[in-house]
Amino acid sequence: MTVLRVTDLTVHHPGPLGQVTAVDGVSLEVPSGTTLGLVGESGSGKSSLARAIVGLVPVHTGRIMLDGREIRARTIRDRRRLGRLVQVVLQDPDTALDPRMTVRQTLGEAATVFHRLDRPARDKRVTELLELVGLDPRLAGRLPRQLSGGQRQRVALARALAVEPGLLIADEVTSALDVSVQAAVLNTIRELQRRLGLSMLFIGHNLPAVCHVSDAVAVMRHGRIVETAPTDALLRAPQHPYTRTLLAAVPSLRTPPPAPAPEEQPP
Amino acid sequence: MSLPPGLRRTPMAWAAAVMLASLVVLALVGPLVWGASADRPDASAVLQGPSVGHPFGTDNLGRDVLARVLTATRPSLLLALAAVLLGAGAGILLGASTAVLGRRARRLTAGLINLLLAFPALLVAMFLAVVFGAGAAGAMLALAAAGVPGFARLTQTLAAGVAGTDHLAAARVLGLGRLRLLGRHVLPNIAEPLLLSTTTAAGTSLVALSGLSFLGLGVQPPGYDWGQLLNQGLDRVYAEPLPALAPGLAILYAALAFQLLGEVLAGNAARRGPAPRTPAPTPAPWGSPRPKAGGGPAEEGLVLQVEDLHVELPTPDGPIRPVHGVSLALRPGEIVGLVGESGSGKSLTALAIADLLPYGARVSRRTLRLLGADLAALAPKERDRHLATGLAMIFQNPASALNPALRVATQLTEAVRAHRGASRAQATAEAAEALRRVALPPAVLRSRPHQLSGGQRQRVMIASGLMVRPGLIIADEPTTALDVTVQREITRLLSEIRRDTSAAILFISHDVALVGEFCESILVMYAGTIVETLPADRLADGARHPYTRALVASVPDLTADRDRPLPTIDGAPPDPLTPAPGCPFEPRCPRRRGHCADHTPPLEDLAADHRVACWYPVPVAADPETVAAS
Amino acid sequence: MTRGPTVSVPRLPRHPWTVFLGRRILRLFLSLAVVLTASFAMIRLIPGDPVRAALGVDAAPDLVAARRHALGLDTPFLTQYRHYLGGLLHGDLGTSLTTGTPVAELVRTRLPATLEIAGLAFLVTLAVALPGGLLVAVRTRDGRRPRSELAFTVVTAGLAGVPDFVLAAGLTALLAVGLQLLPVAGAAGVESFVLPVLALSLAPAAVLLRIVRMEALRVLGEDYLRTARSKRLSPARRYLRHAAPNTATAALTVAGSLLPALVAGTVLVEKVFAWPGIGSAMAQSVVAQDYPVVQAMVLVLGTTVLLAGLLVDVLLAVLDPRSAIREM
Repeated sequence: MTVLRVTDLTVHHPGPLGQVTAVDGVSLEVPSGTTLGLVGESGSGKSSLARAIVGLVPVHTGRIMLDGREIRARTIRDRRRLGRLVQVVLQDPDTALDPRMTVRQTLGEAATVFHRLDRPARDKRVTELLELVGLDPRLAGRLPRQLSGGQRQRVALARALAVEPGLLIADEVTSALDVSVQAAVLNTIRELQRRLGLSMLFIGHNLPAVCHVSDAVAVMRHGRIVETAPTDALLRAPQHPYTRTLLAAVPSLRTPPPAPAPEEQPP
Repeated sequence: MSLPPGLRRTPMAWAAAVMLASLVVLALVGPLVWGASADRPDASAVLQGPSVGHPFGTDNLGRDVLARVLTATRPSLLLALAAVLLGAGAGILLGASTAVLGRRARRLTAGLINLLLAFPALLVAMFLAVVFGAGAAGAMLALAAAGVPGFARLTQTLAAGVAGTDHLAAARVLGLGRLRLLGRHVLPNIAEPLLLSTTTAAGTSLVALSGLSFLGLGVQPPGYDWGQLLNQGLDRVYAEPLPALAPGLAILYAALAFQLLGEVLAGNAARRGPAPRTPAPTPAPWGSPRPKAGGGPAEEGLVLQVEDLHVELPTPDGPIRPVHGVSLALRPGEIVGLVGESGSGKSLTALAIADLLPYGARVSRRTLRLLGADLAALAPKERDRHLATGLAMIFQNPASALNPALRVATQLTEAVRAHRGASRAQATAEAAEALRRVALPPAVLRSRPHQLSGGQRQRVMIASGLMVRPGLIIADEPTTALDVTVQREITRLLSEIRRDTSAAILFISHDVALVGEFCESILVMYAGTIVETLPADRLADGARHPYTRALVASVPDLTADRDRPLPTIDGAPPDPLTPAPGCPFEPRCPRRRGHCADHTPPLEDLAADHRVACWYPVPVAADPETVAAS
Repeated sequence: MTRGPTVSVPRLPRHPWTVFLGRRILRLFLSLAVVLTASFAMIRLIPGDPVRAALGVDAAPDLVAARRHALGLDTPFLTQYRHYLGGLLHGDLGTSLTTGTPVAELVRTRLPATLEIAGLAFLVTLAVALPGGLLVAVRTRDGRRPRSELAFTVVTAGLAGVPDFVLAAGLTALLAVGLQLLPVAGAAGVESFVLPVLALSLAPAAVLLRIVRMEALRVLGEDYLRTARSKRLSPARRYLRHAAPNTATAALTVAGSLLPALVAGTVLVEKVFAWPGIGSAMAQSVVAQDYPVVQAMVLVLGTTVLLAGLLVDVLLAVLDPRSAIREM
């Protein structure tokens, strides 16, 4: 559906002691209908990259193209056009939803941003959206505090899908969830991606979770992408030392832990 | 008069409502009832003290002081309300505008607000009152203007809090307009604290207006409000205190009414705040009764022996039992993983062992021995010393577990100095050695926690635990807040410490893969009980409890087939408020039978090192998919 | 021995004092400029003619003109501003319209008295609220002693609502006149300080008590206090060494924000007690419409507040280096 191409993107953050370069000359591409995973540790700049793509933080230099058109987020009109194409789901299930709005109000608002819908049509759309993300439509009347963390993240996902974007950015959407809940949310994301043909940028620090849903994976460190490869290739033959360190650090039940002796020191 | 729904009917709420209602009634009827007598001069009764006819005496023209004070309710209240509404309105607008303005305009506005805030509102009001000219309207406008920066700052702070939330980011990405963002998402979420401070400000503004009138800058004769009456009467305070003070009492009464109302509103806001994720302990009449000494027989050579541990926590909705019937034992040099999802009771188990449960928690156990000593049999002082020197705790978030105000040296040495009587020099030398053990240079001793990285902080925590040379280290999610590469360093460090010191380690984690890789044996907790204990090498394929199986299967693995969906567990863990009989996993279990719903399975031996609490354990060679697929 | 990864020796970041002080002093100068301009503009903004207002409607025209000339009111605006600033540099605050004495003289004789009661009241506020709030927090933490907590809340809410000048009047009536225990007015001896300082500090102390308690409760719930408990440190060490320093930052920040109101409160309280300070002089000159005096008092009080604010911020930066970084 939608192709995302980021070229030489740099994003600055105001820090207490001046500007900090959060994203430093990053280029990446998400081909239509595929998922690019983006892994990195805390402070690697992956969230800043996501926020820059959806226009939440200003771009310092570089270009972000959606379907060959450079995006801008200066005016409300730019923003609306951008919003039709790309949506985002963020990390924190506690603040993901407006605490004073019911699920129905939240989804109804999102569904009517670009389409006028009368009340029955809106309710029908809310039911559709809830079913799409695997939630019971009877939850529509609930407030966020009456939902579990996994349910809240699903509602946030439904809100993002309400405008039928071509590209979905998921920023650490499962980090705050228990592992059995994470598995269910990952399954839902994978299924939605296939069913709707979404392009997706899936960001996380948990390498197995990211790899599970991604066709290709980019590894980010200190604001730069050190390696990008198809998931299988990356797992089989990681090229960059840092990628190898990351892979070695992932605990696994089925492979014995690496011997501590030949420790790979990231440069 | 009835209270609005949602307000708790406490005595304080009633008092505030009654006081406020009396003020409103006085403001409405005061001038009608007492207006005439308040303005009627009586040359025969000038400057009288309290009498039957004039309970608060008369003024210099013989007018009744009480009538004047009651009549003055209306102007005093009206002026104060007008000032606060004007000030709050303008301030909120200014402050809220910062949330939707562009970057530069926002910084400019914020700077202006900051600048204005440095000046005391009363001084600004005095200044403006002089400029506007003495008079009621001038004073009111001056006070309104003086209140603007305060409201602007408050609104700005609150709006910034909402602006940082994920839901506002999502709303912006949806392309909603600025006004809709402000009106639908920002203002409703900050309305409550704003209303609260407007209420408190109404009281302050009433006092300030009275102050201005008291100075002669507010209401001018022949008009009068409370401040002006106080000013007129002040000279008489030596001769006749009561007539002089009556208007002061009125100011006090009104100020208290608003203050109390603010208190009630704040109390309600706090109660209705977002539901805490973990049940907060509420006051309970009972403490933490020490169980009788004795318990089960002491087993030789155990570092830790816990039998039948129960924890009960009070919550607003009633007591819950997040841990019930947990037994575990650790030998020297053994490393045991305690794994479970959030709410399984694994952390509370650790806190109960270390006697660190929150206030109000009730704990009972048949046996709790640390390094052979029955903790229940020890006098409190000995018990503290025994726990302090025998057990070290490492907590989840090293950023918050270390005291930000104290140097690392202080935090490392204080335990040995308190419990072993070590001298400062001796303790410092030991601290440097402990830091060396965790691969940190002695220079760290002089630093404060905020100068260290996350991994370094956790090393400092571990070094702090090592200082007392403990027999047991309990590490509660020690790597959860850290990056995965740092996580490996920490687990490696713990392994080495275990090898070198023969301390036993109880490693608590939600990460079943990490625990399986790094521990020797595993305890799996679900809904407050241990459902399976098994050697770590059997975790991947030899687990017998359906929950353990499903938990292991739901972990995404780098080697797994990515085209198949991950196995999941349907349903949710049982609600601790409504405990049901039978196996806690029964509602979600693919292998359940009728028997399971009524009878709780005991933890029974399958092999020497493998125990499971299940009536129908999974056969050894079973394909995990058959139990976990849903 | 752990071979482990290379851990960079923490190169402890030096606290960027120069940056902090630079910005903070820049802000001070900006605020001072506001005060200066405001105090200058005040006399010109007043509707009508301040000189005529002060001298009376029937004053002789040539006297009015002479006064206007003496005050420099007949020159262009910017010239006046320049003269005003130049005068300030030489310690010239103008001349009182009613007494004809230099205002600088008035400030010199009266400022110490105001600083004395304001400073004392601030110290009393801190001395009561810091230990008191911590003590109450310790006693009522985690919902212990709910009845004491309720009593504390109600009493401090009440005290925080007591207006200082009403309290001053009440104290006068009760203690000085009724019981004849303490001096009623003027500054004479140590006893005469008691009532003004009490009147000034009661409400701020109650406000600060509540805030220190809330802050201490937050600190007592922090993980590092659980760490201290896990080390079985004595309660005294836990509360004084571990909790208190972490409470101090927020407490001092709030105390600093209470300071302006406290200084402004001297105007009213001094009037009640006839305290020979800046405040009572200001109250008198407001009534007498002696604008040069009011102008100077606004300037002096405003500057006092700003300097005190600077002092508090620097103190905070010394105690808690992180607050200085937040400041920027």
